Amino acid sequence: MKHKTFFWFFLPTAMAMFLFIALPLVSVVSQSFHVPHDKVLITVENCDPFGCTSQTQIDHTLTQELYEAEPLGKWAGLGIYFDRGHLAIKEVGEMWRGSSDLGDFFSTLKNLPFYRAMGFTLTFTFVVTPLVILVGFLIALAVNSLHQRLKGLMIFFSLLPMIVTPLIGSLILFWMIDSRGIIGTGLQVLLENPDLSLKASTGLTWVTLIIYGIWHAAPFAFIVFYAGLQTVPKETLESAMIDGATRFQQIFHVVIPHLVPLVAFVALMQLMDNFRVFEPIIGFHAEAHATSLSWIIYNDLGGETRLLSSAATTSVLTIIGVSILLAPVLVRTWREFNPKG
Amino acid sequence: MSSTQIKKPLGLQILIYGFVLLWFILAAFPFLWTFWGSFKVELDFFSKADWTNAISGARTQVVYGKAFTGAGYDGAWIQEEFWRAFRNTGIVCFFTVLTSLTIATLGGYALSRSGFRYAFWLLIIALIFRALPPITLVSGYLLPFFQWNIWGILPTTIIVLVAINQPFTLWMLHSFFQKIPKELDESAKVDGCTQFQAFKNVIIPIMWPGVITAGLFSFLLAYNDFAITAMLLSQENQTMVPKINSFMGTTQTEGNVMFAVAAVVSAVVPLFILVMFFQRQLVSGLTAGAVKG
Repeated sequence: MKHKTFFWFFLPTAMAMFLFIALPLVSVVSQSFHVPHDKVLITVENCDPFGCTSQTQIDHTLTQELYEAEPLGKWAGLGIYFDRGHLAIKEVGEMWRGSSDLGDFFSTLKNLPFYRAMGFTLTFTFVVTPLVILVGFLIALAVNSLHQRLKGLMIFFSLLPMIVTPLIGSLILFWMIDSRGIIGTGLQVLLENPDLSLKASTGLTWVTLIIYGIWHAAPFAFIVFYAGLQTVPKETLESAMIDGATRFQQIFHVVIPHLVPLVAFVALMQLMDNFRVFEPIIGFHAEAHATSLSWIIYNDLGGETRLLSSAATTSVLTIIGVSILLAPVLVRTWREFNPKG
Repeated sequence: MSSTQIKKPLGLQILIYGFVLLWFILAAFPFLWTFWGSFKVELDFFSKADWTNAISGARTQVVYGKAFTGAGYDGAWIQEEFWRAFRNTGIVCFFTVLTSLTIATLGGYALSRSGFRYAFWLLIIALIFRALPPITLVSGYLLPFFQWNIWGILPTTIIVLVAINQPFTLWMLHSFFQKIPKELDESAKVDGCTQFQAFKNVIIPIMWPGVITAGLFSFLLAYNDFAITAMLLSQENQTMVPKINSFMGTTQTEGNVMFAVAAVVSAVVPLFILVMFFQRQLVSGLTAGAVKG
């Protein structure tokens, strides 16, 4: 295809991505280095028959002028990155000096919002991802050995937890684990603890969110592995059988090696998706016990005062986190396109 | 792994069927339970005293004289005007899918037919964009949208969703077009067609399976989005997902929870139908990236 033809074919999608992904990205980065201007204050004296009172007011014209001169706000450099709501360099330093050992240090670190969110995000990502792969693989093995008709039915119902809107899926489970809901009450009876509430403790909230994460993503792993199982070479399996391999040996030495590239694919997709965990926290009303980086951004942007600079800074830090996770994907794509290099 | 291999021992059979049954319950039961419960009153839906009430609807019978009531749906759809959110979701999804398919088909086709180095780089950039959590871009949208006074309306959100959809759709269509042999449109070009004519007359008639699959996924992305729609739409233009979230803010009053339950069930039904009709395309779309790589 000629350069010129390519250009016209590609222009619309390039424009969309440039205007609504690339430019906002630049704007987010530059916002993260700026803070809003201080309001220009003036003191006005009001005199009436009962005496004079002085009042401090915001001078809107002067404030407006400031914004026209520098629409992004005041240059703050890395100031927002280092403040208490983000990397909190000063506070971390004090904690480091003030704490007796590493465990102590980490437990005080949890009081800082950014590190608290980071703690949950990373735990969620690195617990959910391997479990999703394991559960998905087991479901795929089990479903694959079923009767043909049952397979279709299982695939249909398995797709549901994944397809359903994360917020809606987590709400459905949230109602069920409510202390008056079926699972909540069931657990109370089973554990003989009528005061048990999954929402009350941090540990149980984390477990709930992680189980939701597995429930939501296992179907994806299942579908991918199930498709992979259909292409396992029959000859290799048969020869393994003739050599006297047991069922488990067949799985370990034939099936799993065949699925390794798929495991890598699922793992990378899951790392990316779990790192942005956000909707379940809203759906399970879990923000008192678990926050994530995406949740901090959402929280800064919502509400009466939209803290754009703060949100932009967390966004940049999130993007840095994503790029660290993404590096292996990029390398893999690179190799795929450059088989010799 | 064919079913013709030596018969499995009974213990293994039981284990397999038990596991499949467990997963089936985990996957399907929450939906069936909530669907059933959405026709009850709150005291039945959350029945601490006796869980069978949630099935038989004892309290619902006391209040309405029968075991089922549409009160939750009535409250959500008419009193709280959920139909507005439903309509907004419809508009957003329709235009997002239409636009993103149109431009991604052209782009994906071009990428698959260009042998030059820059096509590879464009794909890499798209992959990076795909990995960005959409919410990280929101703070970049707000200022300009407020300034140009286009915040809160549906068209803005549609364009943003189209753009966010692009990387994924582009990748999917790119790998689909690569499976269509180049010789097809090459020979049309030899016969005197321009590239665009070759695309129109040769590729368009055979591209529908791939386009439908890509369309399903952009539909799901638009339908399921919460981060963008919650931030970019004003109260009266809200789509279903943010609307349901704002229902949850007012759960204190009795009855309101059932509005939210009814709204949630209403939002799941279209997805249920979608999976029913397009199961095969969804599965093939999910595995497209994996099996190829």
